[in-house]
Amino acid sequence: MASLWLARASSQLARRAAARRPPPRPARHGSGQPTSSWFLGSVPQAALGSPALDTSRRGFCSVRRFAGESSAAAAAAAVVDEEPESGFAAGDQQAVDFPGGKVSFVAEMNFLPESTRERINCYRVLDDDGRTISGSRFQEVSRELALKMYSEMVTLQIMDTIFYEAQRQGRISFYLTSNGEEAINIASAAALSMDDIVLPQYREPGVLLWRGFTLQEFANQCFGNKLDYGKGRQMPIHYGSNRLNYFTVSSPIATQLPHAVGAAYSLKMDKKDACAITYFGDGGTSEGDFHAALNFAAVMEAPVIFFCRNNGWAISTPTTEQFRSDGVVIRGQAYGIRGIRVDGNDALAVYSAIHAAREMAVTEGRPILVEALTYRVGHHSTSDDSTKYRPVDEIEHWRTARDPISRYRKWVQGNDWWSDAEESELRSRVRKELLQAIQVAERMPKPPVTELFTDVYDKIPSNLHEQEQLLRDTIMRHPADYPTDVPV
Amino acid sequence: MAAKGLREVGRRRAAEVGRRCLSGGSAGPPAPAAKRKEGGKAVNLFTAVNQALHIALDTDPRAYVFGEDVGFGGVFRCTTGLADRFGKSRVFNTPLCEQGIAGFAIGLAAMGNRAIAEIQFADYIFPAFDQIVNEAAKFRYRSGNEFNCGGLTIRTPYGAVGHGGHYHSQSPEAFFCHVPGLKVVIPRSPREAKGLLLASIRDPNPVVFFEPKWLYRLAVEEVPEEDYMLPLSEAEVIREGSDITLVGWGAQLAVLKEACEDAAKDGVSCELIDLKTLVPWDKETVEASVKKTGKLLVSHEAPVTGGFGAEIAASIAERCFQRLEAPVARVCGLDTPFPLVYEPFYMPTKNKVLDAIKATVDF
Repeated sequence: MASLWLARASSQLARRAAARRPPPRPARHGSGQPTSSWFLGSVPQAALGSPALDTSRRGFCSVRRFAGESSAAAAAAAVVDEEPESGFAAGDQQAVDFPGGKVSFVAEMNFLPESTRERINCYRVLDDDGRTISGSRFQEVSRELALKMYSEMVTLQIMDTIFYEAQRQGRISFYLTSNGEEAINIASAAALSMDDIVLPQYREPGVLLWRGFTLQEFANQCFGNKLDYGKGRQMPIHYGSNRLNYFTVSSPIATQLPHAVGAAYSLKMDKKDACAITYFGDGGTSEGDFHAALNFAAVMEAPVIFFCRNNGWAISTPTTEQFRSDGVVIRGQAYGIRGIRVDGNDALAVYSAIHAAREMAVTEGRPILVEALTYRVGHHSTSDDSTKYRPVDEIEHWRTARDPISRYRKWVQGNDWWSDAEESELRSRVRKELLQAIQVAERMPKPPVTELFTDVYDKIPSNLHEQEQLLRDTIMRHPADYPTDVPV
Repeated sequence: MAAKGLREVGRRRAAEVGRRCLSGGSAGPPAPAAKRKEGGKAVNLFTAVNQALHIALDTDPRAYVFGEDVGFGGVFRCTTGLADRFGKSRVFNTPLCEQGIAGFAIGLAAMGNRAIAEIQFADYIFPAFDQIVNEAAKFRYRSGNEFNCGGLTIRTPYGAVGHGGHYHSQSPEAFFCHVPGLKVVIPRSPREAKGLLLASIRDPNPVVFFEPKWLYRLAVEEVPEEDYMLPLSEAEVIREGSDITLVGWGAQLAVLKEACEDAAKDGVSCELIDLKTLVPWDKETVEASVKKTGKLLVSHEAPVTGGFGAEIAASIAERCFQRLEAPVARVCGLDTPFPLVYEPFYMPTKNKVLDAIKATVDF
């Protein structure tokens, strides 16, 4: 029997090695199905299914109960916890309450398979033709809200196009678009309150746009001029606004995830009716900070939404070279976090999911993991030519057949809330405003050189005072060495 | 009085704190700033740290203490009694993950709280290096002061302990001294520890506070029981002399003090300076001393290459070149990992220091 087990394990390893060979195209399926039920034991479907859909069939109990009141929406997704019993029941040899929780015993050797046959399903409201799927339940949006969402999605798209071109023309040093992810940006923002704290990665400027950051403010940051709140210190697209509760972007990946847990804990301590939401890509889930944040959030019972934009790529790295799990949402359960997978190209699905997630987070004091499936239509950034590593027709498919703006527009127009004339007027007006904003930003001088030294600490220490004086002496002696658009 | 629940804590907090701006930093209630507080009960260093933490939590309802095992009082007893007194929502264990501790602390501080994070040994602060260097240190600067995490203090046991081997003996301060935006503070005694820690906690900048664990139980002196702060970025001349200036910090000062006393028997008058804050450091005090004595010796447990002694030596050479009568001497740990059975050979001992004093004075 032992040799048989070893033999099967050996062949399993061989098949696994073969399966790991990268396909000519990025795989769109999960990893291989279990090949034997002999020692790859069957796992109750409920145990790996979405809690929101399979709560009644859940096969195990969580070790502890979350604090906080239930709301109507949360009740629909509530997890029924079983009170742990202590030690042995008399005569019961089939279960023990270990320090890590009560566990039943089985005589059969079972390994959990590396993945389920069926991948975790994906919540969707609008089909590809912009019609609501029959039976789909979603958060209603008013005409006014729907149009604002649509307008901002279009604005974001045009802003990306124009700023991308500005970089190609050498007017700004760097840019990074959100092409294909407009629904993720705008619909999630629309479902939040202004008191919710946003900790972005970098491909979420639409959230800031929704919150009221003006096109001029975006342009000021990209040009690093004297009106940039960041004082010209960071690369373009590293936006931030205290007024709008949008934490300043930083380049290191995933560092903001544990920050979001700390911010959320603060909101909980202050009894604020608000949560933190942090955004990250599929690549960011491979950083250790992702693990840290999800685990801390669960243990601390922090009201935070972890929003993963799974757009299939981390620069040139497809998800098959990023992880072998069923994407990201499945990992929430390992940490004890409720999760949902959403069609990221469906504005109504994103809006509804975040609306529900926010309510659960705030009212129950718990983290929620959202994986929005989408596709990065644009290059990673202006420093990248993505046709070097992925086929053009794949890009075109997502840019056209699966475009989130087109799909949502069909729904809005299907309600007779929008017309072609209004579309033309909107695009024309936004384009004009953007060109104006760029011209203004470009002519504005940079911040004065003294801002090179401020804000390192709350006050300028003596060594920095000395260094500033030395620099000024040097500028005075060699003015030709320095750019003239930075006031001295 | 332990808080009875989050709701009660929240209500009390709301009444006490009121509206607070996100980027308002962590201005705490005003506390007496005092130098050279006299009197008090004789306590050791861990008790002094504990007193500081009690005062910090007592005087600021937005102060939190967290890290690995701090809930029961901590592996060096520095957090004794805090959870009972202030509640588990303000004094709590985290999962075992240093980058998580630092990242969580940054987020908490960025919301206007005082986040007092513990890293169990300085040797394990490196998993948090990215969070400290790329995030905490640059948080205010990169946002143009829209945001800051000034309320962050990371405290951690530090330095040799006789038998710590590779991973319970390190002195990593120099790694952090090369990071603008951080303050690095290291006390030499219980009284200094209490005053400097309270100043660090209330400082509106992120501070890494290293506690010499050799002294947790061994260093005992009178420590005022009341609230007091000692200024950061101010060195202290703890022994006046005229022939040579000695600079050190932390537990190494005890070694330097012994060397001074032995040197005095040989007719050498040593001035001893406790640097206390390594970044931003007090160049003026060291400079004034070297202009008087004409000679400088720096000593630290950390390895000599890339150690903070190099920064001091280079700066003083720049500023006092014409006054220097001998090369700046550095008596430091060797350029090896910290060894177990060879610790007595590794350490910059009194006699190593004494030999260097003689060589410098006789140059």
